[in-house]
Amino acid sequence: MAYSDKVLDHYSNPRNVGTFAKDDPDVGTGVVGAPECGDVMKLQLRISDDGIVQDARFKTFGCGSAIASSSYVTELVKGKTIDEVMAIKNTNIVEELSLPPVKIHCSVLAEDGIKAALADWKRKREGVKQAS
Amino acid sequence: MRKAIYMDYHSTTPVDPRVLDAMLPYFNEIFGNAASRTHGFGWEAEKAVETGREQVAGLIGARPKEIVFMSGATEADNLAVRGVVEFYKEKGNHVITQVTEHKAVLDTCRALEREGKATVTYLPVDTEGRVDPDDVRRAITDKTVLVSIMYANNEIGTIQPIAEIGKVTREKGVLFHSDAVQGVGKLPIDVDAMNLDLASLTAHKIYGPKGVGALYVRSKGPRVRLTPIIYGGGHERGMRSGTLNVPGIVGFGKAAELCRVSMADEGQRILRLRERLRDGIWSRLDEVYLNGHPTHRLPGNLNVSFAYVEGESLLMGLNGSVHPIAAAASLPPIAVSSGSACTSATLEPSYVLKALGVGDDLAHTSIRFGLGRFTTEEEVDYVLERIVHEVTRLRELSPLYEMAKEGIDLKTVAWQRD
Repeated sequence: MAYSDKVLDHYSNPRNVGTFAKDDPDVGTGVVGAPECGDVMKLQLRISDDGIVQDARFKTFGCGSAIASSSYVTELVKGKTIDEVMAIKNTNIVEELSLPPVKIHCSVLAEDGIKAALADWKRKREGVKQAS
Repeated sequence: MRKAIYMDYHSTTPVDPRVLDAMLPYFNEIFGNAASRTHGFGWEAEKAVETGREQVAGLIGARPKEIVFMSGATEADNLAVRGVVEFYKEKGNHVITQVTEHKAVLDTCRALEREGKATVTYLPVDTEGRVDPDDVRRAITDKTVLVSIMYANNEIGTIQPIAEIGKVTREKGVLFHSDAVQGVGKLPIDVDAMNLDLASLTAHKIYGPKGVGALYVRSKGPRVRLTPIIYGGGHERGMRSGTLNVPGIVGFGKAAELCRVSMADEGQRILRLRERLRDGIWSRLDEVYLNGHPTHRLPGNLNVSFAYVEGESLLMGLNGSVHPIAAAASLPPIAVSSGSACTSATLEPSYVLKALGVGDDLAHTSIRFGLGRFTTEEEVDYVLERIVHEVTRLRELSPLYEMAKEGIDLKTVAWQRD
């Protein structure tokens, strides 16, 4: 398997590795994939009240392309509005990292992870509004 | 970059320099066709082939004429299984094998089933990969023509109870084939003591060249007959036509001879290195699992699941040239293999690990280390350091490791599958 330089770079120097407190109301968490499928991504977004992604974190169990896809997507979302995050497509990741066809599913998982994190944040916000 | 470290000896081995020296004259000096009976070029080539035949036979306690040379063990497996089924079709059509066999046996069996020529029983293995000889006994029917059970497994190194199975097949009067590729040259084999009737061998796993192998075919007690799969000039007593690979056979013979002489000492040395690697991994990392049998195991094999670290990502780190730490320090890359789906053409995790009952989650994290003749203690120590470094780094990246450390039972999580 030949990896692109960008995959190698993200694999060797992954960006934004870590974990935010899950119960922080500003944090949305998405966990996608399954251990028996060989990849699990946990993606977290810290989103301000005006709906801007302030920061992001990830942890990934998976091949080098899965690690690179999640690392890249955490960079991609920073500073973006919710609508802009919703518009991110897995093809953005495929192009940036030059993923081969057998690794497309890594990019799909990263897109799913970001959207799951956003959905989690929205649920939390609605919960906060209802409570107040 | 320093020289890469090779720890994938189950895949193939380098040609021993002594083997290469023995082979070289047979490419352009003694280049005759071993089947040419009319001149010295042919006679000399034939003489070299017969020496090779004696040397290969000597390694397994066979008579030289029972060694049939061919292209490798895949061909030997094909000929053994198909050749018996087709020749003995009047007697029966039932074959017994087991689930962790090499694909050369399994796919030949499946092909024979599809063609309507055989019905096949695939025996299970226990959690350490061993077949129960009593299962073999119970599976034999009056239609059984062949039992095919490998000597040692290529992924997990588990050694099958070949001698016990041989007792059963001899008592029942059923032919017994063993794909002995991984065991030969590393473990003692005696075809008579083990009641083997057919055995597949290959040169490139024992420090000989690629592209040459052999099938041992018992000549008496009983005499085994085969329908050939390749027809032509009637070479190898009609069982395998085709001009003999003289340099390859010379190399195979020399490699066999070297193994026969050095097997006992070499096995001890490699086992000690393997145990050094195993002890190091177990003492420095948590949640590591041995795949295969702890003792009925090839001395050079170590198959480990590093929980929460996907195998391909670990290979990427070990290959090293991509790793900034490795690259900056000019550390040598490490060649090993993995049972992870991501490393296979089918995108399925290892069928061998699955057969043992290893879950797909752990199969994805498995790494096979294969130690051999040229492995040094220094290499083992270096590989250990790199493994510990890479596994630790990747676990810091792993959401599963984090969850496990938080006390979450990963089996109870509702995973979102693709």
